[in-house]
Amino acid sequence: MTQNKISSNLLVIGAGIAGISSALEAAETGLNVILIDKEPFIGGNVARFNRYFPKLCPPGCGLEINIRRLRTNPAIKLFTLAEVASVKKNNGKYNVGIKVSPRHVNRLCTACGDCAKVCPEKTANEFNYKMDETTSVNIANESAYPQQYVIDMKTCKGESCNKCVEVCKYNAIELNQTEETIDAEVDSIIVATGWEPYNAENIEVLQFGKHSDIITNVIMERLASPNGPTKGQILRLSSNEKINSVAFVQCAGSRDENYLEYCSSVCCMASIKQAKYIREQHPEAEVHIHYIDIRANGILESFYNEVSKDEKIHFHRGKVAKVFHNPETNKMVVEAEDTLTGNLMQNPVELVVLATGMKPNSLNGLTDEISFDKNGFLNLTNGAITGCGVITEPKEVASVVQEATGAVLTALQTINRN
Amino acid sequence: MAVETKVGVYLCSGCGIGDSINLEELSNVATNEYKTPVCKSYTWLCKNETVSEIESDIKNESLNRVVIAACSDRFMEDVFNFDKDVQTVRVNLRENVAWTHKSMDEDTEMLAQDYLRMGITKAKSIDITVPAIEDITETILVVGGGLSGMSSALAASKAGSKVILTEKEDELGGWLKNLYKLPPTKYPYDTLEENNVKELIAEVEAKENTRVIKNCEIEKVSGQPGQFEVKYKMKGNSSEEILKIGSIVQATGWKEYDPENLADLGYGKFKNVITGNQLEKYIQNVNGSKTLNDMPVSSIAFIQCAGSRDEKHLPYCSAACCTASMKQMLYVREKFPDALIYMIYKDIRTPSQYELLYKRVQNEDRIFMTKGEVNNLRQDENGMIEIDVDNTLLGEEIQIKSDIVVLATGMVPSTFVEEVESDAVVDEDDGSGETLDGKKEAESAEIGAKILNLSYRQGTDLPTLHYGFPDSHYICFPYETRRTGIYAAGTVRAPMDYTQCISDAKGAALKSIQVLYALKNGVAVHPRSGDTTMPDFFMQRCTQCKRCTEECPFGTLDEDEKGTPLPNINRCRRCGICLGSCPERIITFKDYSIQSVSSMIKAVEIPDEFEEKPRILAFLCENDAYPALDLVGRYRMQFDPSVRVIPVRCLGAVNVVWIADALSRGFDGIIMLGCKHGDDYQCHYVRGSELAEKRMENVQEKLKQLVLEPERVQIHTVAIDEYEKLPTLFNDFVEEITEIGFNPYKGM
Repeated sequence: MTQNKISSNLLVIGAGIAGISSALEAAETGLNVILIDKEPFIGGNVARFNRYFPKLCPPGCGLEINIRRLRTNPAIKLFTLAEVASVKKNNGKYNVGIKVSPRHVNRLCTACGDCAKVCPEKTANEFNYKMDETTSVNIANESAYPQQYVIDMKTCKGESCNKCVEVCKYNAIELNQTEETIDAEVDSIIVATGWEPYNAENIEVLQFGKHSDIITNVIMERLASPNGPTKGQILRLSSNEKINSVAFVQCAGSRDENYLEYCSSVCCMASIKQAKYIREQHPEAEVHIHYIDIRANGILESFYNEVSKDEKIHFHRGKVAKVFHNPETNKMVVEAEDTLTGNLMQNPVELVVLATGMKPNSLNGLTDEISFDKNGFLNLTNGAITGCGVITEPKEVASVVQEATGAVLTALQTINRN
Repeated sequence: MAVETKVGVYLCSGCGIGDSINLEELSNVATNEYKTPVCKSYTWLCKNETVSEIESDIKNESLNRVVIAACSDRFMEDVFNFDKDVQTVRVNLRENVAWTHKSMDEDTEMLAQDYLRMGITKAKSIDITVPAIEDITETILVVGGGLSGMSSALAASKAGSKVILTEKEDELGGWLKNLYKLPPTKYPYDTLEENNVKELIAEVEAKENTRVIKNCEIEKVSGQPGQFEVKYKMKGNSSEEILKIGSIVQATGWKEYDPENLADLGYGKFKNVITGNQLEKYIQNVNGSKTLNDMPVSSIAFIQCAGSRDEKHLPYCSAACCTASMKQMLYVREKFPDALIYMIYKDIRTPSQYELLYKRVQNEDRIFMTKGEVNNLRQDENGMIEIDVDNTLLGEEIQIKSDIVVLATGMVPSTFVEEVESDAVVDEDDGSGETLDGKKEAESAEIGAKILNLSYRQGTDLPTLHYGFPDSHYICFPYETRRTGIYAAGTVRAPMDYTQCISDAKGAALKSIQVLYALKNGVAVHPRSGDTTMPDFFMQRCTQCKRCTEECPFGTLDEDEKGTPLPNINRCRRCGICLGSCPERIITFKDYSIQSVSSMIKAVEIPDEFEEKPRILAFLCENDAYPALDLVGRYRMQFDPSVRVIPVRCLGAVNVVWIADALSRGFDGIIMLGCKHGDDYQCHYVRGSELAEKRMENVQEKLKQLVLEPERVQIHTVAIDEYEKLPTLFNDFVEEITEIGFNPYKGM
């Protein structure tokens, strides 16, 4: 195990849109920054999205600019597959132990792709929420950053196969690479560890995992993405057939004391956006959105307004009681309160999308200078450790970037710039 | 250009390039045609040892230009980053040639050779850039002393910046000082917090590096970031003072949507119909009394979205009213424990953990909340208000009777102006007959809210987009206003609640510090962060046509009386739209100029018509369309080898002379790929792709005059994820041009 020592003004934990934004804003204000992410590629959840609401623009557009800023700014040191192992306060600074897992592909990689062509082993594709498989040596997608492959040693057969090692002309593959530790000394820390989709399997009545035509909103993003498992085709996964009807189940887990007691803030707009995806691809399809309240705050209202005028998009107010598969019709049935009659309505559709919420990634036990509330969100202080993004509360990308910029100011207050 | 250019050319055969292209022939192009002093081929160019060899060549052969013919310039930037006196030009043989075209094919070879010619020519025609560093003032001006302004000022001063905070009223605090209590800000979000406005004001005013100017009226802001001059007057005093300012946070907040427009809801008709803002004030005078502002309070009804989410009033949601009304319901509960409290809402919007406040309110006794719309509202003989509520949850109409009605009125940004008065339009017809949108833009900003009173040619305030909120790339880059060094914060930027205002204020403060750091280092801010180039104007040849001053999305250029542009370089974002706009071609960047691109166009070998090989020139936006073309390469999709691609800063930075150059060179067609424009624009320079499209209309007119088919020049929008469209676009265009026939000017 090798040890490296570095010192820097700021450590940003997490390189999703929050962490990337914080790191860039800080570096462009003259701070030295260490940016780490636990995944092999940066971009977090947004890199998996097809379009942002309300402009319906691809996240890759903003990420391209941000990655260019990142690539060309020597003040930022990026470590992927890296996690914080320890934080100790020392003389007003923080000594942070960062554990970097082996990538098994070094910086000589040119992303030519020869290794993946010869790799005989398959592994679940994490980038597509394990909906499909990829090769053991892989790159999340063609625009992933860094443009450097990674090997999943859980499925790689190592030297007994050695095919990738043999084919690589650039000595980029190191099957024996080991874990490294970095001792970082920093003035300030921004926690931007983000969120994971709430596990819909917890909500038994919604039957997620029981039928492949019941999916979640993040899976819908992958289906709609040109670089997703279906190359952008939104299909019934059970039959690969075209879709004629879809129902969105809002607050799948959110606003419910049994699951997530808070509102996840973004799911209403996400479903409205996804309803547009479906209307664009399947002009005949009927779309139903079952909701409690439509939360289109601020100017997002105009997007909701526009979509609600679409005669094939139907809004039904009332909480969904359950979802089940009717084998006779091969349809998914959404049973929901009908607020007009007070009775239950049954809505048979071909695809059900559960608008699952955001669960903050857990990051307990780092240091007692920071704490998390009962729901797992970071309690913000004005100290040298601050946070931004969904780790502080659920929010959409625009608010994440806004908070990420402000977090740098909080950090700056604790750093002597002279 | 004092120093002679000495070009070294380095060819890579790695990543399949060598399997696809004959590098020997390619190196002949460099050595025979261009007589470059150094031209070497490697099988693995990005290897440390090879890079060291290039470095020694630079030293030994005194190279000052290096052409790297290998992968896309979006890779290995840090590897091919040589001494600052050396300009590196990348030729994209991997994605643009080897990975997208037939191997060892004559047309592929010709393509690679053309790209190398273009690269070497570019290297010879561009210059080394040096950051220009000027003296700047680092004081930050925060305009508006409400919650956001005070928070911004405090945040910046705590980070060590000098701050001047101005407020038009005679005291700080804005709307905040009107509030009885604040919403909860931490878990479990069920307890209201005391209003700390007095402490906040005291803290701001006590800061040594902060100067507060109250009763301040800003007369004029002139100059540029780092060198703003702000002229102001004290209310009722005629003498003007001047402040030297580096950057500005505009936190001028919101106005209440005028409740006088809400007569349907009884405002102005019935004394006991009040606004939420009035309730905040009245509740503070209730000390054990049984009345609120002399009104009985056995029941009180809150009507949400009073003026918001309504096409007749404010079409948007004001974002903070649901939480604010819930907070006020808890006031009523505290002061009048027995009162019945109603709320009529369209949707309850308590995002994230404010849901817990909603739950707290729902669990209170004698609070009734119903979804519905107010159909009719009248006063009964006892003075109580009767409200007919329609479209309730169960579909039935219900009636609510209440002593007092509270309207949750919405927020209007202080930048909003009621309507466009035509006589205020400054008519500055340039006589060219080619009116572009820049003028309309300038005019609409001219009659803006007159808050900052910028002395900019394009208008007095931040350009706005939706509903009077300042324009920005509000999803990915929320602080990027169209006036460099001026950042909107708080409710003037978007409707937002208490906690978001504080967080937003901090972000704007950071941006105002950041722009000063960039200026001190002579570099551009977003999106070309770190760029050291800047436009240079050869004024002797300027004809005062004003296109550049009108079309710059960032208002960089002012004008003198004659209409000569007066550049303010610190406002510039380096997009090159001015270069694209100039008919006299007098605007140049050291590494991006009319001449550098023209020479690249002229470097392409055009086969004569008997060879039946068309040539297409493609200008691609380097932010979206060009990276998308890289993806075409990464997915190994193939397309027609007649296309020669030149990435540009923005389609708006394409000068029509390049199209003329291409046609006279013998190109058969020109295709331009840029970003979406309109309300949901994706152009990083806001209006670049839109301007390009407008200019193309003129180009096509001119084609007709030359008896050339207008279809020879086309413009399309391509987003970064629409890479699959590109091969088809190119192939279809080549086919269309082939059908039209070759450019008759070929070889003339």
